[in-house]
Amino acid sequence: MTQASATAVHSIDFGIYRRRRLVNGAALTLALGAAGLGLFWLVAILWTLLWNGLGSLSFGLVTQMTPPPGAEGGLLNAIFGTVVMTSLATMLGTPIGILAGTWLAEFGKTNKLAEAIRFINDILLSAPSIIVGLFIYEVLVIRMGHFSAWAGAVALAVIVIPVVVRTTEDMLKLVPNSLREAAAALGAPQWKVVTMVAYRAARNGMITGVLLAIARISGETAPLLFTALNNQFWSTDMNAPMANLPVVIFQYAMSPYEEWQRLAWGGALMITLAILILNIGARTFAALSTKSK
Amino acid sequence: MADASRTMDIRTEVRRQPTGNGAVAGAGLAEKITIRDLNFYYDGFRALKNINLPLYDRRVTAFIGPSGCGKSTLLRILNRIYDLYPKQRAEGEVLLDGDNILSAKQDLNLLRARVGMVFQKPTPFPMSIYDNIAFGVKLYEKLSGDEMDERVEFSLRRAALWDEVKDKLRQSGLSLSGGQQQRLCIARAIAVKPSVLLLDEPTSALDPISTAKCEELVDELKSDYCIAIVTHNMQQAARVSDFTAFMYLGELVEYGETETIFTNPSNEKTAEYITGRFG
Repeated sequence: MTQASATAVHSIDFGIYRRRRLVNGAALTLALGAAGLGLFWLVAILWTLLWNGLGSLSFGLVTQMTPPPGAEGGLLNAIFGTVVMTSLATMLGTPIGILAGTWLAEFGKTNKLAEAIRFINDILLSAPSIIVGLFIYEVLVIRMGHFSAWAGAVALAVIVIPVVVRTTEDMLKLVPNSLREAAAALGAPQWKVVTMVAYRAARNGMITGVLLAIARISGETAPLLFTALNNQFWSTDMNAPMANLPVVIFQYAMSPYEEWQRLAWGGALMITLAILILNIGARTFAALSTKSK
Repeated sequence: MADASRTMDIRTEVRRQPTGNGAVAGAGLAEKITIRDLNFYYDGFRALKNINLPLYDRRVTAFIGPSGCGKSTLLRILNRIYDLYPKQRAEGEVLLDGDNILSAKQDLNLLRARVGMVFQKPTPFPMSIYDNIAFGVKLYEKLSGDEMDERVEFSLRRAALWDEVKDKLRQSGLSLSGGQQQRLCIARAIAVKPSVLLLDEPTSALDPISTAKCEELVDELKSDYCIAIVTHNMQQAARVSDFTAFMYLGELVEYGETETIFTNPSNEKTAEYITGRFG
């Protein structure tokens, strides 16, 4: 190809061209190296997790309660707690997040209040989750006088909200304005334009955002340490401390008991797989949304 | 002198013989829309300057002019779609059947139900072909299932799309080709039974065959509607319109019967533009 263009256009400065190819090659090598380094650690982590975790996956893991030191047991109460609190947090946080994101994208747009909310939301999005845990500890746990599953769910919901606000706003902003104009031009009031047209166009992206939020909170430990704490036993009482996978993993992994350490590995693997499945789900939705456009 | 029967055949006459002896535009026709001393501002920028113009019922009025001359802006005033954007403002009068639609009392949604609009790019909603059309109808009418089916068929037939989509009404509107999507948008606008149709460069994103179909459609629709069309294509303006308005830098330079504008324009700028010397 270079040959052909060289004969066709005789005034090419090959010095410039060669230099460009060299720079290109160097940049490409660096980029590949960086990608390789990132992937290496990712694979190493997953490999360690599989190596140690696969052995402890058993039927007992999902049917038995967390054991006292030295005894056989599973993680059923922790799995139950995580599922309950994650679901509740999603149910609390998603509607608030979607409403707020909708307001930012469709109604507030450029006014001062919207800008302030957007700024605060961005801070909340990157706030260390332990701060969220401390905050809920202060406003809920201390006032109620004890740790509880409610407090855990609320703490997780506080983490869900900014994620959903952000993705909802971003996805709605991707909806072409011409679509809104077209709906308005038929005489549709704004709330119908938003709910019937904009939401439909942005639906898959918004669902992706919610799935990503769930993936994020299902592995959060810090906010639960201060709120739901942990529970050695089976409990469905939302007003009492509740076991959950991240805190159990934290506690068991630090323990000197081999039995507990094995359970921690199993729990870690389970969370990782669950998040993996959620992410694949989110990507599938995202792919669907680009296909339908 | 122009009378109603003569203006009907104006398109054929444009091709046959240039006459153009200053005929009185629109004699004996019903004025559907009257634009009086219209000014328009984008924030501080004055995009339209003292526009005065009639739009006749059952006639097609074309707006031509170079990019940025304000022709789309003018169209967007007629259904007040510009109202979606807080920094845009119109001053003057636009009378639709005698009522000033620029008045604060005007209900925008009701106005838009009477004045349909089709945009430059096809904008099918992300829903089925059937629902695309039912969407607008449901806003203002409570129809039974059968009545809605009828309305959908009526609109699709009028938009010359029925035969192509009658077996796939439940498919997504996005699955259609660009030309079909644009006709779907026209059908959607017709379905709410407006009396005015605004077409903002409706064929600029379409291939020649789809363009021809849309032009035929406009020709057919004008028996029922007052139609305003913005176009960059001079031949299109000559083919489909009865009246033409030439705009330049926010001003209405010349308005008259299409025949006159294209064969014997009285303004030098108009002559230069339609012969392709600028713009």
